[in-house]
This record gives sequence, structure tokens and C-alpha cells, in this order.
Amino acid sequence: MLIRVEHLGHTYIPGTPLARSALRGVNLEIGPGERVGLVGRTGSGKSTLVQHIAGLLTPTEGQVLLDGVPAHERTAAGRAVRRRLGLAFQNPEEQIFEQTVLREVAFGPRNLGLSQSEIVARARWAMEMVGLDASMASRSPFMLSGGEMRRVALASILAMRPETLILDEPTAGLDPRGRRELIARVCAWQVETGATLILISHDLEGLARVVERVVVLDCGQVAADGLARQVLSDDARLSAAGLDVPQPVMLLRALRNSGWGVRTDLLLPEEAIEEIVHARRGAIPVRTDKETA
Amino acid sequence: MNLLLPGMYLATNSALHRLDPRVKMIAALVLMVAAFVAHRLASHILLTTFVMVIAMLSAAPPAALLRTLRTIFWLGFLMFFFRLFTTPGQPFITMGSLVMTWEGLLAGATQIYRLCLIVILSALLTFTTSPAQLAYGLEVLFKPLIKIGLPVREFTLVLTIALRFAPVMLEEIDKIGKAQRARGVDMDSRNPLRQVSSWSPLFVPIFVAAFRRAEELATAMEARGFRGAQHRTRLYRLCIARQDGLAMLVTCAVSLTIVGLELV
Repeated sequence: MLIRVEHLGHTYIPGTPLARSALRGVNLEIGPGERVGLVGRTGSGKSTLVQHIAGLLTPTEGQVLLDGVPAHERTAAGRAVRRRLGLAFQNPEEQIFEQTVLREVAFGPRNLGLSQSEIVARARWAMEMVGLDASMASRSPFMLSGGEMRRVALASILAMRPETLILDEPTAGLDPRGRRELIARVCAWQVETGATLILISHDLEGLARVVERVVVLDCGQVAADGLARQVLSDDARLSAAGLDVPQPVMLLRALRNSGWGVRTDLLLPEEAIEEIVHARRGAIPVRTDKETA
Repeated sequence: MNLLLPGMYLATNSALHRLDPRVKMIAALVLMVAAFVAHRLASHILLTTFVMVIAMLSAAPPAALLRTLRTIFWLGFLMFFFRLFTTPGQPFITMGSLVMTWEGLLAGATQIYRLCLIVILSALLTFTTSPAQLAYGLEVLFKPLIKIGLPVREFTLVLTIALRFAPVMLEEIDKIGKAQRARGVDMDSRNPLRQVSSWSPLFVPIFVAAFRRAEELATAMEARGFRGAQHRTRLYRLCIARQDGLAMLVTCAVSLTIVGLELV
């Protein structure tokens, strides 16, 4: 699916003293199969932007085109194109309502008007995709742990087989292992289906493992857009947008400033470790004299 | 949230904002009664002019004020037709056993006008009075009822909490509604059967969240040593200032004039 955001602007409650502009003149193009990270400080307009892409809001300015169809359009074409797109809000487990896990996961496909066998097949496939055991299918989703509920909610969206998946802070509130596992599952799903993935996250390191492109939003405008490696290691631009570079970049920068010949655009801890080990093996002066002094 | 509701407080600082909440509540009530007393054209003109002056003093945007009238569209519509057909008088259009009368037309129009005035007056009250002030004002006004055993303080606490969480709930409804729409629920469907079937995906999560929030709030209140509404003290106490007296005086003068006009 080709997503084109054209001069998009959004004002909440226009024409009243409470009016607030959330997006201004946003231009963006996301091609099929891209993995894009969307970052920015709280209130920068990330959630508003993805709601526009999902056609849940009507732009006050400009438009969003999904394969050429305006995303918010209330026509058959608009509905058809929106069905090819999945969106998980922050804390998606809050949308759970069914009596069993299977029914919850099957809710999306059921709304697509598929046959009963297809609905169940998709639900089971989606549960497997997010790592939910088949024995959980008949349990009440409200009895599960927070992490499991999150996975149920995610499965209910994957079961619709979206061509584009938008996840708003999918790992917020999960423990480190739950976070890693969820990200790994989403990556595996993306590789299997070749879908477009748009990920909002404050966890830049987790983001760096998934996406190849990063868009930075600041005050409702695009502040940077480019390769993850370049954007996320650009200290000046990120801090102007109110964000910090990932910790490996911080470390590498500090080392470089004290004379080490290391690259500073490595986002993942393991990459940074390798670079540092590599640099130490080389002709880097190691100041043992100062330690004894 | 993308809408301005009738009950939403507008945090600006107008002459009306600075009035005592009790004065505003009593004045609104007096004027609502006046709207029902008024029958003659002169009374209607006087009352409308006065409400317009109040609206100007409130500094509320006229568009926002008029938009609150949308909430009573169907009620007004029904009342109008009820009046139109049931008021005896000179026939205007006859459709079988249904007779529209000129008197009915006039009575229906008056009814809608009164309804509009009531909505505008209550909107002006809530636009310019914060929920906390509103609840405190009510508590003070109803204090005498404690003597006959009514739990006035507890009631105002319930009201305060309800008012405090109304916007939170609305935001939640908005969010869950969007989330379910993203899962293919057709909330805009004209088909009533499909509309009903889209209720449980919306309301089950909202009730779950509401119960969770109630429990959290109860725990938080207990953790802070809240022991019922007795012996509570206030940081800001209400006091009647000169402008409050003046406002009450003008309101009473206008209302009495209307009563006088009707009696003449």
C-alpha cells in the first residue's frame, strides 16, 4: 500500500477557545513493505498522524491518500482501503470485550464478512503469530496477564491480515523480555507477510532493531526523515526535537571525544560493543599510566 | 476530543466567571422560571435581551453557545409537533384525524424558544463555572437539608467525581470507538441492527475501564486518609462580593418586571 500524506494539518476543536493545532503541513510518503519508525516527544502529533493515516480523523487541512484514495472518505472505496490497514492504539488491551480469546481475535475477521472456517483459521494463525498457546483459545481474555492481553489485542489486528500495520507504543508497560519478544514477533510477521510497518515508540533502541527509516515529529511538523542509522545518531537534530540519542551512540560519542577512533552511528548495544572491542585491538592508546597515578 | 460539549467548562476569565457560583445557579434558575412565566411579546423581548447581555458578559464564543442547542434538536422537534397537533384552535392543515392549528404553531414555537433559553442558560452556567465550584456551590445551597438527614456532602462528592471523570470517560469512548472502527466495526451504519451489534465492543471495554478506575480512585482516596465527607475544610471559601449582589439584584428586577408585565 502506498501512503501519501499531503500538507496534512489538524486542529482539535477548531473555532473555540480550546482550539489546539496538532499537525501542520506534514508531507510524507511511505512505500509498500517499508518499516518506518515515528518518534517525537509527548504531544508532538505522532498519534494524531497515525489516526489520520488510518482514516479515523478528518483532516482540517490537506489529505492522506492510501493507494490514491482519501483515507477518511466515507465511501465504499474509502471503507475498502481502510480494511487493508490495521492500527493498534496505545494499550490496545483496553479494547478487549469478548468472552473468549478466540472470539476476541476472530472479531476483526468476522467484521470482514469471511466464512466461518476462514475466520477461525485466521484467528488461530494470528494467535500463533504472537506466540499465544492454542490452549488459551477458550479462556477469558480478562483473566490473562497484562502482557498476554497485549498479545491478544495484537493478534486481533493481525488476524485481519492488514497490508499496513500501525503500532502506537506497542511495548509500553511490558517488561524487558516481553518487549524483546513482542518486537521479535512483529518482525517475524513483517518478514513473512511483507507488510508495511509503522511503529511509534519512545524506545529508540527497540525501534532501531526493527525499522530502517525514522521520521521525527516535533510540534506537529516533520523535523527529520531518513535512514534510522543517520537520524537516530544525529544528536543535534534529535535534541532539538526534545529526544536523546540511544545510549550506545552516547557512549561511542564520549569515546570519540576522548580520542578513540570509533564510529558513532551504531544504534545497538552489540554493535557498539563490537566496535569498541575492535578499536581496542587496534592501535588505540590505552591510558594505564593515569590509573596508577 | 474533537467536540465542545454543552457541559464543558471554558477556562477564561470573564465577568461571569468571577461571580459566586451560588449567585449564578440561583440566577439561572430564576431566569428559567421566568422563561415559563413569560407569555407576552414584551416579556419575551426583555428576557431574550437580558440573556443576550449575560452571554456577552460570559465571553463565550457565540458559535459554541449556539452549537449546544444541537443536543435538544430531537426533543424540540417532538415537542413542537406534539403542540402543533394537540392544541385546539383554528385549523391550519387537516390530515384525516390530525389537525394542525395556528394556535398550535404558536404554542410549539414558544415551547422551542423556552427550551432553547433553558439550554443556553445552563450552558452559560457550566461554561463559566468550574465543576469544583459548581459542586461546592450546590453543597452550600443544600446545606440546610443535612438537618433532615440527607447526605448532602456525600452527594456533592459523588457529583464532583462524576463531573471530574466525565471528560476522561468521553476521551475513552472516543479512543475505544476508534480502535473498534479500526477493527472493522461499522459505527456509521444506518442499519439499526448493525448499530446495536456495535454496542458491546464499545461498552464492555468502557465499563471495564470505569470499574478499574473506580477501584483505583477508592484506593487512592483511602491511601490519603479520606474518611467520608465530614469535617472537610476548603482552601477557597465562597463569599458574596459587591458584583454578586448587583447581579442578583438585576436578575430579580428583570424577573419581577416580567411577572409584572404578565399581570397587567
